[in-house]
Amino acid sequence: MTLNGNVPSGPLANQWSEYIRHSKLVNPANKRKFEIIVVGTGLAGASAAATLAELGYKVKAYCYHDSPRRAHSVAAQGGINAAKNYQNDGDSVYRLFYDTIKGGDFRARESNVHRLAEVSVNIIDQCAAQGVPFAREYGGTLANRSFGGAQVSRTFYARGQTGQQLLLGAYQALSRQIGLGAVQMFTRHEMLDLIVVNGHAKGIVTRNLADGEIKAHTADAVVLATGGYGNCWNLSTYGRQSNATAAWRAYKKGAFFANPCYVQIHPTCIPRSGDYQSKLTLMSESLRNDGRVWVPKRKEDCGKNPNDIAEADRDYYLERKYPSFGNLAPRDISSRAAKEACDDGRGVGPGGRGVYLDFSEAIQRLGKHKVEERYGNLFDIYKEITGEDAYQVPMRIYPAIHYTMGGLWVDYSLMSNVPGLFVLGEANFSDHGANRLGASALMQGLSDGYFVIPNTINNYLATQKEKRPAADSDAAVRAANEVRDGVKKLLAIKGKRTVSDFHRELGNLMWEKCGMARDKEGLEYALREIPKLREAFWRDVNVTGEGEELNQALEKAGRVADFLELAELVCKDALHREESCGGHFRSEHQTDDGEALRHDDKFAYVAAWEFKGVGTEPDLHQEPLNYEEVKLATRSYK
Amino acid sequence: MNVTLKVWRQSAGEKGRFERYEARNCNPNMSFLEMLDEVNEDLTNSGKEPIVFEHDCREGICGCCSLVINGEPHGPEYRVASCQTYMRSFKDGDVITIEPFRSKAFPVIKDLLVNRGAFDRIIQAGGFISVSTGSAPDANSIPVPKVSADLSMDAAACIGCGACVAACKNGAAMLFVSAKAAHLNLLPQGLAEKDRRVLAMVGTMDAEGFGSCSNTYACEAACPKGITVDFIAKLNRDYALASVRTKLLGTDVAA
Repeated sequence: MTLNGNVPSGPLANQWSEYIRHSKLVNPANKRKFEIIVVGTGLAGASAAATLAELGYKVKAYCYHDSPRRAHSVAAQGGINAAKNYQNDGDSVYRLFYDTIKGGDFRARESNVHRLAEVSVNIIDQCAAQGVPFAREYGGTLANRSFGGAQVSRTFYARGQTGQQLLLGAYQALSRQIGLGAVQMFTRHEMLDLIVVNGHAKGIVTRNLADGEIKAHTADAVVLATGGYGNCWNLSTYGRQSNATAAWRAYKKGAFFANPCYVQIHPTCIPRSGDYQSKLTLMSESLRNDGRVWVPKRKEDCGKNPNDIAEADRDYYLERKYPSFGNLAPRDISSRAAKEACDDGRGVGPGGRGVYLDFSEAIQRLGKHKVEERYGNLFDIYKEITGEDAYQVPMRIYPAIHYTMGGLWVDYSLMSNVPGLFVLGEANFSDHGANRLGASALMQGLSDGYFVIPNTINNYLATQKEKRPAADSDAAVRAANEVRDGVKKLLAIKGKRTVSDFHRELGNLMWEKCGMARDKEGLEYALREIPKLREAFWRDVNVTGEGEELNQALEKAGRVADFLELAELVCKDALHREESCGGHFRSEHQTDDGEALRHDDKFAYVAAWEFKGVGTEPDLHQEPLNYEEVKLATRSYK
Repeated sequence: MNVTLKVWRQSAGEKGRFERYEARNCNPNMSFLEMLDEVNEDLTNSGKEPIVFEHDCREGICGCCSLVINGEPHGPEYRVASCQTYMRSFKDGDVITIEPFRSKAFPVIKDLLVNRGAFDRIIQAGGFISVSTGSAPDANSIPVPKVSADLSMDAAACIGCGACVAACKNGAAMLFVSAKAAHLNLLPQGLAEKDRRVLAMVGTMDAEGFGSCSNTYACEAACPKGITVDFIAKLNRDYALASVRTKLLGTDVAA
């Protein structure tokens, strides 16, 4: 089936204003009659919940943390892009749009990306007004820095904690609405199912993590802003709680999952040090503004103290291969280049899985003080984790799973194919194509929440005929009972292996066979192994404790059970996409010099998968990507 | 290295107790939470319930961590959260005591996990700038002196973990409240509702059962983000001014 993105007609630059001009409004007296559920209160969810409540809708918001301020958006370090052109360096909405499309390797929907670039400027205004303490010049104006994949300085930042500050801004806006009684906030609540009535999304089932109570909540529309699925690979830069459960259960209730194989592997993370490791820590991409990436030219130098390796014996491979972008080449390209260097036997550190990120030249040029001012907190983090002083010896970095571009399919209004189900932020697939540029995740989350959803959800609410069901209606009660049965099933297995053990095994398999480079053989191997692992899980997992209490083992078991299904879809999608694009690199499809080779004639489409049962082949739906403004080109950063 | 743990275990409605566990073969590069993960794997494999503790980002920014390690909130290292504490801070054979953040306003839910909802309610009372989406002027139309922005950022770095409360013998939340008030009050954008904000936040803080500040500075010593008690002084000043102005104006600005 061919999917329609419901993109407004007319020239690209006018589409969003045309959409708003023609959208149906809900008058203020009627807004308070509508209830909207928002699941997840990170950047996208908190900004959406706050804004919808400001407009007068009755909002119920849910998060599994003890407070909305803990969502993993908090961990974003580097910054947020916006086409303000405050630096007078030639930036524009069009340029941000084009950079994002190109960065995504021409696999994103043009119209969505253009809208993102348009509203980027409003985001900065809104956040500054909320009191986000952005970096400033002495004159009091906003400071900018540059980021990967762009040749202008358009990234706004708050030290190395931009995500934290933007999240606190959205959290405070949300808190204001909670205080005013316009948002009812449910913390420590995890969504475990979607309630669908006559094909429309009308509620969710949650488990109260503090006491285990399972309950149905109904509404006129459901907004999911539940983040990405990178923890499917176990070791990642995600928070340990981040999971795909809400999105996955929506998928199993009919929402299409788009481009699951598009996963971002971030080039600058601290390499792993042992099997016990629970997460990988990111070193902000901003470090690549002043740090130079290199490995020894000769294998035999790898064990040496890096400071003893002569300049002539170092291979600054990014500068060598991509002279015009150098160390600021996009993430997918930089990650793959690091892997190639290590595969070539020139990696450094434990297991030879690391490359140097060297600041000695920057310290010479700027002075240690300036480097400290710019990146001090990152150097501190590095020292805490590794015990090494990066002012003295180069950092060691290696790529790690960081972000998922794939997610639930949505049309231009951010509504999934299930009417009434909207999906925002990382949880949807919409804006980053096959690779996301740095400082664009924060931009998209806030764009979706502050500016897009308040202008699109009204179109659904104003025209919907399906009424909000009661919380004790048949559909709601049935959905809640199904969730209760699922919990009982997990607790009854009482097998021999821990949940973490299964998660680790799944993660290793995914990293090896569906990581930075993929091929047919490896993916087919994974597709044979995943069902076996899933079967072993349901036979032999040991979930301790009871359902009617706070039970972290049970929480994790439900999430890993879903990863065990999702992993299969990721591999299927990766196997079907017989091309390389962005974060999806198929070894069979590369140019003579090892760059990604797209096949636009066959794969210029969004692959949206429809659930047909666990272990049953999903149906593939295609949304063609029609480029009207941009010419499809081979991405070059040389 | 091997260490012995004395861990606080407590279920809902139950009086808690310490249990002893052995953590064997710890790698010095392991984080403290990774060590607990391993202990939990062992407990699960021997049919016992794993230790409940709150965690998420494991890089010191989400503020979930809430462990008191050997009597110190977030443990022995200076200016880090529990998750940024590494086993290299301990010696082979050490006995390590692990407790939850303890305070009247932070009731224990289970084991090492506490309810810090009171912090959210303080923010809901006034820890924000009232600006609805869409009504903001161009970001550069209101210049913010760099020193104000930097100082505001120092305060805004608070991760809301509650170590300040756990460290305080009075269970005071002044460092947390003052950091949020300063973050917003220092910016021109936050001036319009400064008095209202301060009165509302302090009023809620008192109502939530937090104690009074007696200037021991234990909060600053425990803070993983280095928030300074200077902000408490600023809050006291802002509060006094707000109270006086409110009386003079004869309006209840906190309502």
